[in-house]
Amino acid sequence: MRISMEWLQDWLQIDETPRELGHRLTMAGLELDAIEAAAPVFHGVRVGRVISVEPHPDADRLRVCQVEAGEAEPLNIVCGAPNVYTGMVAPVAVVGAELPGEFRIKRSKLRGVASEGMLCSAREIGLAEDAEGLLDLPADLEVGSDLRTALGLDDHVLEVDLTPNRADCLGMRGIARECSALLDRPLQVRPAPAVEATLDRRVRVTVDDAQACPIYSGRILEGLDARAPTPLWMSERLRRAGVRPLSAIVDVTNYVMLELGQPLHAFDADRADEVIRVRRGGEGESLTLLGGEQTVELSARDLVIAGETQPLALAGIMGGAASAVDDDTTRVVLECAHFAPRALAGRAREHGLHTDASHRFERGVDPTLVPRAMERATELLLAICGGACGPVETVGDIPSTHDERPITLRAGRIERLLGVALDDGEVERILRALDCVVEPGGDGTWRVLAPRARFDLEREEDLIEELARVHGYDRLPRTLPGAVPPVTPPGGLKALWEGLTRRGFHEVISFSFIDREVSQRFYPEVEPLALANPIASDMSVMRPGLWPGLVSTAAWNTARQQYDLRLFEHGLRFVPGASGLSQEPRLAGLLSGRAMPEHWETASRELDFFDAKGEVETLCGNLAEPLRFRAEKHPALHDGQSARVLAGEQPIGWVGKLHPSLAERFDLGAPVFLFDLDARTVSTDPVAQFRPLSAYPSIRRDLALVVQENVPAGDLLAAIGELELELLRDVRLFDVYQGKGLNPGEKSLALGLILQAFDRTLDDSDVTAVTDAVVAHLESRFNATLRH
Amino acid sequence: MEQLQELTDEALARVEAATDLKALDDVRVHYLGKKGVLTAQLKELGRLPAEERPAAGQAVNAAKERVAEAIEARRTALAEAEREAQLARERVDVTLPGRRPAGGALHPITSTIERIEHFFAGLGFRVAEGPEVEDDTHNFEALNIPAHHPARAMHDTFYFDAHRVLRTHTSPVQIRAMEQQKPPLRAIAPGRVYRCDSDLTHSPMFHQIEGLCVDSDITFADLRGVLDAFLRGFFERDDLATRFRPSYFPFTEPSAEVDIQCVHCGGEGCRVCKHTGWLEVMGCGMVHPNVLGHVGIDPEEYTGFAFGLGVERMAMLRHGVNDLRLFFDNDIRFIRQFGQAG
Repeated sequence: MRISMEWLQDWLQIDETPRELGHRLTMAGLELDAIEAAAPVFHGVRVGRVISVEPHPDADRLRVCQVEAGEAEPLNIVCGAPNVYTGMVAPVAVVGAELPGEFRIKRSKLRGVASEGMLCSAREIGLAEDAEGLLDLPADLEVGSDLRTALGLDDHVLEVDLTPNRADCLGMRGIARECSALLDRPLQVRPAPAVEATLDRRVRVTVDDAQACPIYSGRILEGLDARAPTPLWMSERLRRAGVRPLSAIVDVTNYVMLELGQPLHAFDADRADEVIRVRRGGEGESLTLLGGEQTVELSARDLVIAGETQPLALAGIMGGAASAVDDDTTRVVLECAHFAPRALAGRAREHGLHTDASHRFERGVDPTLVPRAMERATELLLAICGGACGPVETVGDIPSTHDERPITLRAGRIERLLGVALDDGEVERILRALDCVVEPGGDGTWRVLAPRARFDLEREEDLIEELARVHGYDRLPRTLPGAVPPVTPPGGLKALWEGLTRRGFHEVISFSFIDREVSQRFYPEVEPLALANPIASDMSVMRPGLWPGLVSTAAWNTARQQYDLRLFEHGLRFVPGASGLSQEPRLAGLLSGRAMPEHWETASRELDFFDAKGEVETLCGNLAEPLRFRAEKHPALHDGQSARVLAGEQPIGWVGKLHPSLAERFDLGAPVFLFDLDARTVSTDPVAQFRPLSAYPSIRRDLALVVQENVPAGDLLAAIGELELELLRDVRLFDVYQGKGLNPGEKSLALGLILQAFDRTLDDSDVTAVTDAVVAHLESRFNATLRH
Repeated sequence: MEQLQELTDEALARVEAATDLKALDDVRVHYLGKKGVLTAQLKELGRLPAEERPAAGQAVNAAKERVAEAIEARRTALAEAEREAQLARERVDVTLPGRRPAGGALHPITSTIERIEHFFAGLGFRVAEGPEVEDDTHNFEALNIPAHHPARAMHDTFYFDAHRVLRTHTSPVQIRAMEQQKPPLRAIAPGRVYRCDSDLTHSPMFHQIEGLCVDSDITFADLRGVLDAFLRGFFERDDLATRFRPSYFPFTEPSAEVDIQCVHCGGEGCRVCKHTGWLEVMGCGMVHPNVLGHVGIDPEEYTGFAFGLGVERMAMLRHGVNDLRLFFDNDIRFIRQFGQAG
């Protein structure tokens, strides 16, 4: 909403500077967005009267004018504007004047004729973006006076952002009411006299849906001159409010809307019917809107203003092109109605529309404004365009000025909510200034009636907010709520993130929506959850896993010469299933490039599967069940380097090498390794429990065992574990060998057995017993033989 | 005995001449070993007359002692020289780059969330979570935003079908927290939120943190006090000016937006604060009675406050990040800048 300080003073005196008033409004919830001067900087422009117009001796298009401008002698001014005429009052920039754009007016000669100034158009003094000819000023302005003073151009416009609850401030009158409360200054109430009807023509109105349209008023005006110029004061106020002046009839309806907040519409009575019906749209009906560029298909969800046969307007949103007023209009049906917010909610948006009228009706317009706005618009139309009006036809009752449902306000509740008691006098002053009816109940309560304009005042809390707001939030106290014990945030997952960052991983945050095709490539078995209104096709489905984001991020970085990548992400994956959508937190990572940072002394190597697996093993260090890996294929992974991660028998994730075809799809030359884990399972955070240490030395015994190459090493290690040998503390697999000295199809696994007892130093017989047991077991299970 | 003097002088000269420990040991063996020449002198004593023997014995022992001392001194000198040589050989160019493990970093959004969680944990706020694909009830209805409410249009909602949306804010977690736990209740809910809007200053996915405090005696003054303390702590400025401005949210009444003094210009007015001297950082208010009622909490018995903030905005202000999109490009050169030393 754009607020002209000059316009505001129709209702109350403003002593504050624009900045002061803007600050006061901001601190009351009407946030100041900008302060604009009503006109750009210029000086030396006066009100001039043209007293003669002569042709230029040497130029067909130029005229030589004598202009009174408050000097002893008239000024001789050469002018090229086609609309100059004798007696015209127009702005004149005298010698020494400076116009917007640092344009200085000098004495000059135009084709041999001296010119002592310049007659100006609205554009030249910054009042319009374009203009045809000179600005024709009202004849009653004082000739020779400074134009800025004469037109009130030193005015400022405050642009404020209104929250959706403050529809009452979508008119200058509502803003004035708010300012009156904030500044504690009386509001000058202006009478709204009814215009006498001198015509006996009536509109016949029927309203089918009285809930959607509780009040509809119409009246006929005839004998209008649609070409009459809009008075300068009105077009200036419209301009400052950000509305382009168009023609007198439309300007008047806009002006009244801006002044009071009540939208109005004028139909050309010769092209509309004098029978108005407010009804639902019919299937198959359509309406071409004002301007003629858009035709909307109507349905029963739409409320329309219709004539006998045709819809004329989308109620409360926009008029139709067919019944629009134009320069030849002489008769109009003037509509002023109240539409219920619920009836219009979402209607304009469905048709891709948003208008000044729909903006107001959706938020709520004071229904008691209908007669007042009707009379105000009539008064202005007749004054500007001439003509006469018929009586107002109204369907529906104009409600009382205040909502009849009283709200009980308790002093105790004010204190309970705000943390401080407010003075009774202050409570009553504020509410009355906001146009509430306030009756003290004696026992620390009030009975309050809210004005109809305030759709947002329904209950006690709403009134308390008004009190706090007008009193000033910054004048309320600050306290801290009673102390409670601090909480320790669960540390499991965060500890894993910290570990990852210490091991060189960077956390990334990628979008939860991905490309459908990419989703299909990584997770062909999942039909992903699709957005109905995606913002782009590559962000159209919810990710069934975190790998697409990680791989895309790797591609982004690789394209920027960042090759050594260790990335991780945590977040939800979205998998639709028979029992509904699963939204499950995952912890996933990506590794690519060198295993260690480049160093002048130490040769690095390329990362491989076992680096990724090592990360998984580290991350799974707190699992309650034994961690296992099982060779298994995954559509996104290399067939031979892919493993299912299990906690006991429970699958909890995957680790493997990105499938070469996907690496190609993302232009990733270097091998990429991925892991993905169920974040809940891996983030268990048990408290470490002490286990006794042995005071006796440990002994290591190394064994090399030959088995068939298809025997998984993990099975072998698991088999040793099954023996539950009391003295065996640890088993380390420290070498895998194939080749010379072994038969084809065989491999040798070198194991280091660490033995220790809690009660004695071990001797050879202990060691032999353990190694014999291990060898015998592996021989029976895997046909393993000792290598010598 | 002249021979003894000669031998001694000769031994001492050879000790001095020894250039390494091996040569020195050879000298020792030659003179002082079991078959050494000075040792042999002792054996010669038997051939002397008995009365000369004590004196001669003393002289030989004194000579052996002198030589032994000389050898020990020489040994120390040689060992020192050798250590010196070893150290010289092992000298490195200390200016060559060290071997350091590649460090990683948390995303600045995550570290900002952790920082905020940490502050509120101290005031007893527990972390709460909720789904990102949310139902219409929790995202809107229960928050006093019925269908066609003008506030809905401001949310630019991503939806899946008539009842499921991507949550447009973390506020639905308020509802879930209150459904699960009756007051007193203090909760904080960080997470991803989504709006169907994308340009220089809007990302279709971003992060919010929601806070909620419900008890029998919570006031608007408590809200002001808590947020004031939080903002001063977050920006590490005890004198940071803040202001509460009335605003509108359907789920709070009274509602406020919180501004801080511009952290760039200190309130003088600059491009960042659009020359107002203030930066809007949070929305908040007293939980609307309809919201409490919806989850079965009696608004006459309990009052509460709620607040919400945009994590990206807080991170941008704190770290001086000037482009929202950097957070989601995930360029590791960007993320690396937020790593911790050590």
